[in-house]
Amino acid sequence: MKIFGYQLPNMSSLILWGLLWETVGQLELTFFLPPLSAIFATLLEIGGTPAFLKALRETAEAFAIGTTAAIVIGVPVGILMGKSRLIDELLLPWVNIFLSAPLTALVPVLMVLFGFGITAIVITTALFAIWIIVLNARAGVMQINPSLVEMAHSFGASRFDAFTKIYFWAALPEILGGVRIGFIRAVKGVIIGQLLISVVGFGSLFEIYASNFLMKHFWAVLLVLFSLSFLIAEFLAWLERKVEYYAASRQ
Amino acid sequence: MNTTITENAVAVRNVYKNYGDVEALRDLSLDFPKGQLTSLLGPSGCGKTTLLKIIAGLLPANSGEVLVNGQPVSGPGPDRAFVFQDFALMPWASTIRNVAFGLELRGVAKSEREAVAEKYIAAVGLKGFENSYPHELSGGMRQRVGLARALSVNAEVLLMDEPFSAVDEQTRRKFQEDLLGLVQNENKTFLFVTHSIEEAVYVSDQVAILLPRPSRVSEIIRPQGFRNKDVDSIRRDPEYLDLVDKIWASLRSYVE
Repeated sequence: MKIFGYQLPNMSSLILWGLLWETVGQLELTFFLPPLSAIFATLLEIGGTPAFLKALRETAEAFAIGTTAAIVIGVPVGILMGKSRLIDELLLPWVNIFLSAPLTALVPVLMVLFGFGITAIVITTALFAIWIIVLNARAGVMQINPSLVEMAHSFGASRFDAFTKIYFWAALPEILGGVRIGFIRAVKGVIIGQLLISVVGFGSLFEIYASNFLMKHFWAVLLVLFSLSFLIAEFLAWLERKVEYYAASRQ
Repeated sequence: MNTTITENAVAVRNVYKNYGDVEALRDLSLDFPKGQLTSLLGPSGCGKTTLLKIIAGLLPANSGEVLVNGQPVSGPGPDRAFVFQDFALMPWASTIRNVAFGLELRGVAKSEREAVAEKYIAAVGLKGFENSYPHELSGGMRQRVGLARALSVNAEVLLMDEPFSAVDEQTRRKFQEDLLGLVQNENKTFLFVTHSIEEAVYVSDQVAILLPRPSRVSEIIRPQGFRNKDVDSIRRDPEYLDLVDKIWASLRSYVE
C-alpha cells in the first residue's frame, strides 16, 4: 500500500491496531485489556524465567512429536488411498468423519485410554493434524498425470520406486498444503490437550494466569503462541510456493 | 532358425484386446522388421495406441502374444523404451535427471548415468539446457528430453506414441527430418504411432494401416523409391504424393 507516495512495508497496519490497543489499555476501560506496552514489558520479564521456558519446551515437544507422527503416518496412508481403490473405500469414510468431528469431545476418551501424561497430549495433537494431511496427500495422488505412472512403469520402476520417486513428488504441492493446515490444527490440539488432559506447558500458564486475573501475563503468553503458530504457517506457505511452479505446469 | 532377409525385432501374433464389451483389437498380427521404422496409421479409435502399449508391456492382451527378439513379452523390459505423446516428464526434475531417469531406475551410478544423459542431451540438440526444468522448456524441447530419455537406456526397440502431435507444425517437420537421421544412424527398431498420413509416409520404411471396429491391419505399404533421398526432396517425390493420396482414399470413408 502507498500513502502520500510512501511505500508502506507489509503488515504495517499492525502498527495502527497496536496503537489502538495501547490507547484503549491506557484509558483503563477494562482490567481485561492492559496496554500493549505493559504486555511487552511483562513478556520480557517472564520470557527468561524457568517456568516460561519449561512451558515452551513442553509445548514445543508435544507439538513436534505429534505433528511428526501425523506426517509420517498421514502422508503414506494418503498416498496409498490415492493409489488403491480398496484401501480408499475402506478408510475414506473414517477420514471424512474424523476431519469434521469435534475432536475435543474425544479428549476424555483419550485420557481414559492413554492416561494423563504427555502420550495423551501427543496423540491429541496428532489426531487434530492427521486427517487433513491424509486427505490432501490422497488428492495429490489422484490428480497425478497417468502417463507419468506409465513412464515409470515402462522404464522398469518397482512399486517402491514408483512410490518414492513419482507419487510422493507428484503429490508434494498438495501434501505441503495439507501439512500447513494440519499444523494449524495441531496448535489447537496441543493447547486443548494441555488444558484438558494434564495442565502442563502453555496450557498450564494460561490456566494459572487466567484464574489469577494476571491479564498482562495471559496476553503475553497468548502473543507468543499466536506469533509462533503464525510463523510456522507462513514458513510452510513459503515452502508450498516454492513447489507451486510444477503444480501449475502439470499437464 | 530360418534366415529371412530381414529379421523381425517385434512380432505380434493373433492379439485380441477387449475393454469390457468393446472389442479394441481382434486377431491382430503384424511384423516389425529390425532396424526399420514402422508406422501404425489409422483413424482415431482404431486401437493403434492400445497395440503400442501392449507391445510395451503396459497393457495385457486378452489373448495372443507379442515377441520381442523371439522372446514373449510379459511386461515392460529393458529391450523397449517408450516416448510419450504428452512427454511424461517429471516437472520437479531437471533435464539431466529426467533423461537419466531410466538408468537411475536400473541402479546405474550417478556420475555414470549423467555422463550418458549428457551425451544424449547433446545428441538431441539440448546442450546447455541440462539444468533447466520442464516448465522452462518449449513443447518441442520437452519432447526432445523425452526422446533423449528413451535413447539413453539404449533399448533396441523404440516405441513412439504420437510423439510429435503436441508440438507446433514447424517443430514437427524438424522432428520428422531428425527422426530419419536417427533411424539411419542408431541401429534401432522404431514403432511409430501417428494419425497423420503425410507424417507416416514421410518417416516410415513400412506403414501399417489399421482400420477400426474391430481393429485389424487392412494394408501394409512399403515406400520404395524415396527412402534414400535427402530430406528436402521427399515431400516433392511423386511416389510420396501418390502414397499419401492412396492412403487417404482408403481411410476417408472411416472419418466421421
